[in-house]
Amino acid sequence: MIPQDPTNDPAYRLFVQRFGSLRRARIAETWLTIAVLALLFLISAVATDFSPEQIARGIPRIGEYFGKLLSIEPKRGAPSVPVLAWDHLFGGVKEPQSVAYWFYRIDVYTKLLWQTVQMAIIATVMGFTAAFVLCFPATGTLLPLRPVVFLVRRVLEILRTIPQVVLAFIFVWPFGIGPLAGILAIGIHTTGALGKLFTELNENADLRAVEGIRSVGGSWLAQMRYGVMPQVLPGFLSYGLLRFEINVRSSTIIGFVGAGGIGSELKRVIGFNIYEEVSAICILILLVVVALDLTSERIRHRFIGNTV
Amino acid sequence: MNSIRLSDIGPAEIAAQRQRMPAVFGMTGRDRAIRWIVFGAAAAYLAYLHWLFDFGRVFSGLEKLWVITRLMLDWSAFSSWDHVELIQSMVETVAMAYLGSMLAVVLALPLGFLGAYNIVPQRVFRFLTRRLFDGMRGIDQLIWALVFVRAVGLGPIAGILAICIADTGVFAKLFAEAIETIDRKQLDGVTSTGANRLQALRFGVVPQILPVMISQVLYQIESNSREATILGLVGAGGIGLRLSERIQINAWDQVAYVIVLVLITVAVIDFVSRLLRMRLIGTASRRG
Repeated sequence: MIPQDPTNDPAYRLFVQRFGSLRRARIAETWLTIAVLALLFLISAVATDFSPEQIARGIPRIGEYFGKLLSIEPKRGAPSVPVLAWDHLFGGVKEPQSVAYWFYRIDVYTKLLWQTVQMAIIATVMGFTAAFVLCFPATGTLLPLRPVVFLVRRVLEILRTIPQVVLAFIFVWPFGIGPLAGILAIGIHTTGALGKLFTELNENADLRAVEGIRSVGGSWLAQMRYGVMPQVLPGFLSYGLLRFEINVRSSTIIGFVGAGGIGSELKRVIGFNIYEEVSAICILILLVVVALDLTSERIRHRFIGNTV
Repeated sequence: MNSIRLSDIGPAEIAAQRQRMPAVFGMTGRDRAIRWIVFGAAAAYLAYLHWLFDFGRVFSGLEKLWVITRLMLDWSAFSSWDHVELIQSMVETVAMAYLGSMLAVVLALPLGFLGAYNIVPQRVFRFLTRRLFDGMRGIDQLIWALVFVRAVGLGPIAGILAICIADTGVFAKLFAEAIETIDRKQLDGVTSTGANRLQALRFGVVPQILPVMISQVLYQIESNSREATILGLVGAGGIGLRLSERIQINAWDQVAYVIVLVLITVAVIDFVSRLLRMRLIGTASRRG
């Protein structure tokens, strides 16, 4: 038998045809997506004056700025970041390029960083407490009063959607410039964010314990206290600690609008172009944030470990 | 087993048992002491915080807060507000978020490949790239914005650059992680057909990471448009600038209006992004 040429097979032809049309459709779709993305990009560029000339003008200035920020050229008699070399790194305060010169205002920074961390702690505690109170009436499975559940949920939603920096900016007016405005702003945002997470944990709680306590005549509070809380508390604490890590970051920047913490100092030194202090503060913030993250992660694993 | 009658148990027996197993008889003196120490420490700490932050001012501030809340709810001058300017700024804000995120994607793609251990298997190199991403991410967008405002001046460019830098760190890390968790078999299959390195990446790696990347990019655009609303507070363009002007002149009614605008915009973007994510990832996973 003579082997047939497979290209004459109608099935093969159909395959080629179908394959070709599918391929074309897919390529067209890809190009269409790219075109839409590019179009949006152009519209956005027009809306923000993001032109090539602007970029061309901006880039040298960025280079210059970061060059100064990380410069080894003398500025005001000293480079902004010490050239790491043993002979002058551990020199005195008067010795340029030494760590002591770089961090010469470490006492001020330490005080402000301490304040920043305290702000984060108290704001987390406040937000945690408020979210803890609000999360039970926000859970439909635990409270069969639909209007109350709806209302509490909307309140939590509004609390977490308003940006906390905006809230802090507004609070500076009634509560004065200082950490109090920042604490309240972060606390309110924390309430909304944790309230949502707590509600989700509550929804997943096993209802059999609640029914058991109801069957022996326990009040609603007793049902929550002895039926739900033992199940959800480790999760609450874990989320609370996670939120604490986020709040530490927030409290470092909330000072930009005058709401206390190291942010006000950072804004000042950036504004006055005191380059060595900008880099010093940024390094300190990074160190504190990383250290607290690691600590909180340890504790969190402990909580989760206890439940398993 | 020896049994004891209830009437046999005297004070002496109870005392002996309490000696043997103190925890059974409720809290011991030590437990109680620990509890009091913990309570005392917490109370002292709260007192310290009260001294540090002067929480008494909350109550004196509430009156003023009530005043501005009332002013915020009075929208009688609605028609005289500069709606065109506000809507324009809102568009500018969303545009900043989109441009910043897109530029970040372009920058982060090669960085993500460089940072993935299974593409560039040098441990030291991987460590360095990862720390670079951490540094970009670790410094808050608002700090980047402040720095870029000093570097390139007031306006949306500073905001775009701030979003771009912070997001490049985020995307590069996420992309690198997505690339590291790919299934090696697909890559081997493509390579076995004689594909070169670039083709192997295109047909062996990209189809596996694309759905993850799209979903992360959409999520990031979403959160960036929320973040972009506050960048203007430090002068980096967008609606935040208008908001800060209005807070500074105590135009509380307009402040409330701007916040409502922001909330609506964020809600719309969330909705669109959810639709897109479902559609794009749905089709992407159907294609395998």
